[in-house]
Amino acid sequence: MELGYLFTTILKMAALLAWIYGLLWGLNRKPLWQKALTIILAFGTVQTAFLLQFGDFAVFSAFDQGLLYQAVTMAMVALGLNLIYGFNGQFSLAQWGFYGIGAYCAADITYRWSNNDPSGLIVAGLGVILAGLALVGVGRLLRMKRGVPVLSAFTFYLLAVIVAVAVALFAGRALAGALVPLFGTTAAPGILASGAVRQIVFFIAVLIAGAFAAEISFLFGLPVLTLGSDYFGIATLGFAIVVQTLMVNSDTILPFTEMKGGRGMIGIPKMTSWIAAFLFLFLVIVLVRNFVRSSTGRATMSVREDETAAKAMGIDVAGSKLLAFVVGSFVAGIGGGVYAHYIGFLSPNTFSFLAGFNPLIIVVFGGLGSMTGTLAASFVWIFFLEGFLRVLLGQMGTEAPTWRFVLYPITLLLLMLIRPQGLLGSREWGFLKPENVIRRLKGNGEAAARKEQA
Amino acid sequence: MADMNTTRPLLDVHEITKFFGGLCAVKNFTLQLPQGVLWGLIGPNGAGKTTVFNLITGLIQLSSGDVLLGEDRIDGLEPFEITRLGIARTFQNIRLFSNLSVLDNVRIAYHPHAGYGLSDSLLRTPRYTKHEKELTDQALDFLSIFKLEGIAAELAKNLPYGEQRRVEIARALACKPRLLLLDEPAAGMNPREIVELMDLIHFIRDRFKLTILLIEHQMRVVMSICERITVMDFGEVIARGTPKEIQGNQTVVEAYLGKGVASSAAG
Repeated sequence: MELGYLFTTILKMAALLAWIYGLLWGLNRKPLWQKALTIILAFGTVQTAFLLQFGDFAVFSAFDQGLLYQAVTMAMVALGLNLIYGFNGQFSLAQWGFYGIGAYCAADITYRWSNNDPSGLIVAGLGVILAGLALVGVGRLLRMKRGVPVLSAFTFYLLAVIVAVAVALFAGRALAGALVPLFGTTAAPGILASGAVRQIVFFIAVLIAGAFAAEISFLFGLPVLTLGSDYFGIATLGFAIVVQTLMVNSDTILPFTEMKGGRGMIGIPKMTSWIAAFLFLFLVIVLVRNFVRSSTGRATMSVREDETAAKAMGIDVAGSKLLAFVVGSFVAGIGGGVYAHYIGFLSPNTFSFLAGFNPLIIVVFGGLGSMTGTLAASFVWIFFLEGFLRVLLGQMGTEAPTWRFVLYPITLLLLMLIRPQGLLGSREWGFLKPENVIRRLKGNGEAAARKEQA
Repeated sequence: MADMNTTRPLLDVHEITKFFGGLCAVKNFTLQLPQGVLWGLIGPNGAGKTTVFNLITGLIQLSSGDVLLGEDRIDGLEPFEITRLGIARTFQNIRLFSNLSVLDNVRIAYHPHAGYGLSDSLLRTPRYTKHEKELTDQALDFLSIFKLEGIAAELAKNLPYGEQRRVEIARALACKPRLLLLDEPAAGMNPREIVELMDLIHFIRDRFKLTILLIEHQMRVVMSICERITVMDFGEVIARGTPKEIQGNQTVVEAYLGKGVASSAAG
């Protein structure tokens, strides 16, 4: 039994790695139909595996499915963090805070909606849009006037956002009141209470959660990123603690009684299906990859390599750091939204800063600056720690599972000793690979030679 | 000096001063670089030459004085803005992006002229595809000027020292500067590499119509390629003139060799 479980878990981990490889390989194919086919197949294989059941034996039991959802959300958070830490070189512990912000934000929107209250969606949506416009507007104005100190700029941004949020609150409440009748009654549900609308609201809520996390990260990052790297790390730790404290007291010092503070938020509709999780993961992979493999991405990496040289090459170092931080937080917010609707229950304990080291470990474990490594490590890590160790040790006695927090750091230590560059180093698979310039160079050379001959 | 008053100098550094705490690193330093000149900046260790470079490029802020590039006042600007206005530099201790390829090092310098924005790259618009290809082709062409196209895919950290210097100069030129600041380009090079370097400096000046300001310790390099020289000691200008004038200048000899030695050598 134990050996059998060991064997199947290893098999599942290998299968998932093969799945990631296949997905990335297929996405790298040139023809559009092959890309589309890859997406459908990648979605389909897992969905089929979920459904396969031979008598008592399910290929992916409910427990395994839970692990997979956790791995997917962890992959998103870690990909965002890899952008900030691996590609931009800014050691950040705030990622977990943005993950939590995203989770609570999305959960609140759908929770209210399922209780026939559209105010969450309207106010948050309007707030995010107006605050975004305000930030862009103030940014434009500040660019016209040179040499504004960072803290003054921060004050302007903050004031603009406060005004935008106030307007959103005021207008949103009024609008929401008008929509309430459309929910109908329990006996005769209105159009807004229908399943399809709820699904749409869920997708929008996750996107809003991402944007919300991104905007907060902008306001937080603007003054704090000017600190040196180590000080920035400490400040982000502070941020993570502030976020958790606010969560614990969300029903007392914040006006969100439905979040129930430290007791945890219950009753979040469990809407994360495999298709939603897969779509958001896919979106995040494409977003991060397109960011990294561009001129902006190269500028981001130059900041990691040498800030002084980057400045001397005409790179706006402060802007580049802020951009990577905001995009990384956006991704974390999306991950949070997906997580909240898979688990259905949010506890502030989940978002303690200690747990915030998990994505950091994954990024280092997979290889700093390797998107493939992060993806692979997220899946392997969850299955190893939560699935493998927990179940295996669970069979050895009731207290034995505690040993996993001994075994797992030892595993990490060993890995760092044997492979300090991480599981995959800086290697990338298929879709995530940089363009092969050598081949291109040879191609150019041959073309030129042919031209000369002709 | 009469011709310098009629045409505006490319770089006009006017009485800049820099204090680090109570220490005066640069004091009332003045320099006017006419268009197209190859100007040397020399002086003993700790004279403040690199500080002058850092002040011109905005890496450190002036205590007083002002700097003009053409018509634009550039003191107080961010370093990246100064670079985009047309000043590029190399560093005394090579500062390449060591974990990136040679090609990427050059492509990063092209970033301000990339021609597409973040939204283009996120959505992979046709504009991204077009400009990214152009940018890469340009960078490869550029590398071939320096005979570096063969190592375009190598990581910068894996190159030998001399090639790293060449890559750094190539990268600085990819910023499309009007003025190039070279900080001890010949440091750590053997005599053969130095000859190659001097050829390279002449070549890039003619090819890119550059004005060059050069810090150098190797007197052979300075005296043979610079048209004008400014000598610094203890943060102040102690002499300026043609290489010949500088070689015969008593103050300069004293600054380098010490007073007693110089006078005994003269006597």
